[in-house]
Amino acid sequence: MQGLDIGYMVGLMPVILSYVPLTLAMASVAMVCALVLSALLAVERVVRVPILDWLVIVFISFFRGTPLLVQLFLFYYGLPQVLSVLTRIDGVTAAILGLMLHFAAYMAESIRAAIISVDRSQWEAGQSIGMTQWQLMQRIILPQAARVAAPTLVNYFIDMLKATSLAFTLGVTEMMGAAQKEAAGSFLYFEAFLVVAVIYWGMVEALNQGQKVLESYLDKAYAR
Amino acid sequence: MTSTTGISIRGLTKTFGGKPVLDGIDLDIAAGERVVIIGPSGTGKSTLLRCLNYLDRPDAGLISIGDLSVDAAHARNSDILGLRRRTGFVFQNYALFANKTAIENIMEALITVQRLPKSEAVARAKAVLAETGLADKADSYPAALSGGQQQRVGIGRAMALGAELMLFDEPTSALDPELVGEVLDLMRRVAEQRQTILIVTHEMQFAREIADRILFMHGGKIVEQGTPAQIFEAPQDVRLRRFLARIDG
Ligand SMILES: Nc1ncnc2c1ncn2[C@@H]1O[C@H](COP(=O)(O)OP(=O)(O)OP(=O)(O)O)[C@@H](O)[C@H]1O
Ligand SMILES: [Mg+2]
Repeated sequence: MQGLDIGYMVGLMPVILSYVPLTLAMASVAMVCALVLSALLAVERVVRVPILDWLVIVFISFFRGTPLLVQLFLFYYGLPQVLSVLTRIDGVTAAILGLMLHFAAYMAESIRAAIISVDRSQWEAGQSIGMTQWQLMQRIILPQAARVAAPTLVNYFIDMLKATSLAFTLGVTEMMGAAQKEAAGSFLYFEAFLVVAVIYWGMVEALNQGQKVLESYLDKAYAR
Repeated sequence: MTSTTGISIRGLTKTFGGKPVLDGIDLDIAAGERVVIIGPSGTGKSTLLRCLNYLDRPDAGLISIGDLSVDAAHARNSDILGLRRRTGFVFQNYALFANKTAIENIMEALITVQRLPKSEAVARAKAVLAETGLADKADSYPAALSGGQQQRVGIGRAMALGAELMLFDEPTSALDPELVGEVLDLMRRVAEQRQTILIVTHEMQFAREIADRILFMHGGKIVEQGTPAQIFEAPQDVRLRRFLARIDG
């Protein structure tokens, strides 16, 4: 067995790091969209609008019941075929769309559970002062549900960040794609992918620290 | 915050799972009148208050407050919201908004329901908070307040509505005995302003002292009513006599 080419890894590090903004951008855009969508889906599941409820159930079931990779291929290769106006969808857009819908389906279930966990007295108090359902949901219930769901949602964001590496399979040159190209020239595949792994690991650890800060912020109102 | 209009309730009926809990309640309350409801557990006292606020929807009956009349047979959302704006509700378990500070709890209806400008809402909330004696707790979250303080904020939240009728459902039942006094003191102050109030309580001494009229409920009906002297010194109905004997004993 040969030793690790540490020098090569150190040299490669800045090259791969330069793709971190793309990875963060894909994950962040997908996460913000997924948060909005999942909150809407969750509220619908609690309020249960006729017919719409059925559609939401099918949506959630489909995106939880099929692999993310299959969903990404459906969007990237399938959409242009179905919607002929879309002659091409670029890989980054397809990846963001797929990540958003896939994770929104999971997040909707966590948010729904968090909404249901908010005590019934909070609803009654809001109703008793004449608030509308929507005001109550927005100002009282969702903020309290957010605190319950926050740790789970941060975990989903971490999963999403790692899942951006699948954009590689849609031809996007992100960290994986860049490492692959570099390694094709140097044949140092192990070193190249190890650099990618280390960078992901570092980002996830940073997020874990951020999660603690977020939780103590959200717990502010509940401290004795 | 003196009310100028009376309240009239006709044929208020509610069943839970086929079991009648309110059996056609008729009741008039004059403006500024202080009415206390007593009665054994499970006789529909809470349900009556909750129906007046439409937290429980009555099966039938008419509720009139001032110019607003709400008939259960065809109550629209706007009627229900109107009724809730005219009635404040104080809960046994306080039910403060856990994600809002004391002052934000009191301000919430002023901002979202009455749509006052922020500065005016803050000023009114501060005045109410001062009345509850909790000016120094304005920025405390409910979790950091004692039960008695929480209930005083709960009363403040209902006071801030400027409602024509205030409903209290056993406001001291969840409190440690040493905290009951501060809440009763605040309720006395509310009563002195000749706010129209309807209180369910097991605090008989307080009822006797504060009430213009006492209602005794049993089996979903108002079985007997009268002044505190009539109810406590000359009870007529045998069920009321038994109830009072049990409480004294
Ligand atoms: N949401 C509900 N679903 C089913 N039954 C209910 C519901 N709320 C009340 N009840 C029933 O209605 C009856 C009257 O209840 P209510 O809470 O009005 O009594 P109460 O006079 O306030 O009693 P307490 O002094 O114990 O508070 C009880 O038998 C109760 O079990
Ligand atoms: Mg009760």
